[in-house]
Amino acid sequence: MNALTELRAAATAGVARRALIEATSVTKTYRMGDSEVHALNGVSLAIRAGEFVAIMGPSGSGKSTMMNLIGALDVPTSGRLEIDGRNIAELTSDELAELRNRSIGFVFQQFNLLPRTTALRQVMLPLLYARPRPPDPEAVARQRLEQVNLAARLDHLPSQLSGGQQQRVAIARALVNNPKILLADEPTGALDTRTSEEIMRLFCELNAAGITVIVVTHEHDIAAYARRRISFRDGRIIEDSGGEKERSAVP
Amino acid sequence: MSLFDSLAVALTALRANPLRSILTTLGIIIGVGSVIVMVAVGAGARSEVDRRINALGTNMLVVFPGSTRVGGRAGGAGTSLPLAEGDVQAIRERLPEVVAISGYLQGSAPVVRGSGNWVTGVAGVHEAYTEVRDWPLAAGRPFTAQDVRTGARVALLGSTVAEKLFGRENPLDETIRIRNVPFKVVGVLEPKGQTGFGRDQDDMILLPLSAARGRIVGRNQVVNDQVGQIFVKFEASTDLERAQEEIESILRQRRRIQPGAEDDFAVRNLAEFLKARTAAQTTLSWLLGATSAIALIVGGIGIMNIMLVSVTERTREIGLRMAVGGRRRDILMQFLVEAVTLCMLGGLIGVAIGIALAVGIAHTAEWPILISPDVVILALAAAASTGIFFGFFPARRAALLNPIEALRSE
Repeated sequence: MNALTELRAAATAGVARRALIEATSVTKTYRMGDSEVHALNGVSLAIRAGEFVAIMGPSGSGKSTMMNLIGALDVPTSGRLEIDGRNIAELTSDELAELRNRSIGFVFQQFNLLPRTTALRQVMLPLLYARPRPPDPEAVARQRLEQVNLAARLDHLPSQLSGGQQQRVAIARALVNNPKILLADEPTGALDTRTSEEIMRLFCELNAAGITVIVVTHEHDIAAYARRRISFRDGRIIEDSGGEKERSAVP
Repeated sequence: MSLFDSLAVALTALRANPLRSILTTLGIIIGVGSVIVMVAVGAGARSEVDRRINALGTNMLVVFPGSTRVGGRAGGAGTSLPLAEGDVQAIRERLPEVVAISGYLQGSAPVVRGSGNWVTGVAGVHEAYTEVRDWPLAAGRPFTAQDVRTGARVALLGSTVAEKLFGRENPLDETIRIRNVPFKVVGVLEPKGQTGFGRDQDDMILLPLSAARGRIVGRNQVVNDQVGQIFVKFEASTDLERAQEEIESILRQRRRIQPGAEDDFAVRNLAEFLKARTAAQTTLSWLLGATSAIALIVGGIGIMNIMLVSVTERTREIGLRMAVGGRRRDILMQFLVEAVTLCMLGGLIGVAIGIALAVGIAHTAEWPILISPDVVILALAAAASTGIFFGFFPARRAALLNPIEALRSE
């Protein structure tokens, strides 16, 4: 199916060439008291629709900063970062919120589910912030929960769900607005090995269905699920397995 | 996010800490409760004063014979020279603003009708008395000038007396005997209720002054044309203070009181007297007003405090809401709605407690109260404004959080 998407994309090459995420000489500098911390030092990167990318690196390497920028939670200090066709440096806080709502689904290490809120309502949350608001948020949310095999857990509270189930609720929530990008920050960090595999297989399925998946991790066996690995160190990309040629090699 | 969604989120959040929510709203509860009690008591007192003043008669002054003073010792009221027909005459002639004037010579006597009898107040009055007191008749006719001039043996019955003596029968044209003197009932007065001092004003009989004087009331006479008290009704536009001074000067002249000596009579504006007496209730209601303002401010600060705690506790949740697309104004609105919901909750409880208290006060202290829907709405609006005012700062703090730091917080 993925191959089919590729073929169709190749047919309209001009469009396909255009990257979903395109960073050009992006820097990010934080001010810590009197000193400046250069979290990103001129990063250029292009991720195209349909890729499965792992962003790796030790802590302090700049991978988290990169993830925050890709997630439109922050804007670069300099350089250009286009996400889904929009240069985020030029967007207002409201426009960034709208971009996050429409184009990006977040999955976190600690799941970040709301307490005292049922699975169904967790998943509905992004739809409540969407404008225009979809006509039947509940039906959409129900469908997404079925997609992650939680149809029987609609009315469960986070405290009544296992870690793996909680993360699947979070994934359903990330998917509910049909985002182009699924951005996962250490998604298996709080899970055991078997559940981790289950979650990563779910990511593979979603990627196969056409969603661009970006996983930030420091675990190599998690990164191994991705078809492209980008490693950061000291605010720079030190290694990029280069999606492009590997992509054509994958059947 | 719609207001309805925000409300649902707010209720979920408040339910998470029910005890904390209730304690937080205590200030609002007290504030709103005291607003309700204050206004209920205040409005009740005002309407009661109005009612009593109207029952008394408006634009009216009353002249009482005063006390004599012998060597610095004051005698009781009425120990001085009584007021007489001449005084009534003089006041009527010299004050053009007088609409109606009447003497009022009272006493009490047993009244007999057939086999029934009843001891009641009896007052001799001039024909204008019912007009002075704005006292309409339920049946029959008032006294005429001729009745008073000729000393006709006619009587007007207060409604209590009419009921005691006649029950459901028609008393008109029936004869009653007072101290063995027969009087014909020519009219029955409308019920007037209790005085400001709790006396039943309807338990009395009016007789023409000339018919009653000496025989029924004022039997130990000092002067043979005494009139007791004098009730004077003025035109609505009259300056009662000035009229009071004029009456005083007329009477001082007539009674030959030396300049510098004290009056041996008193001119009273009973309406003013009643107003002063009920001022205590008004003062209390203002005190409650101050309490409620302070309680609302203190309550508002409590709300602000707990909202700040809530924002801190839910920093991660705020970060998540921002990540999934919540705009700053959505977050602001959510916390504002939560603060207002908290205040409205307190407001509703306060209204309930306030009404219960007001009814309790009405019952035990026998104070009149008046609860109008306006006041309830006003009190709830005050609670909501408190929520908006004191909820804004915490809500703004939440809205201005950095999403990355919020998501990372513990």
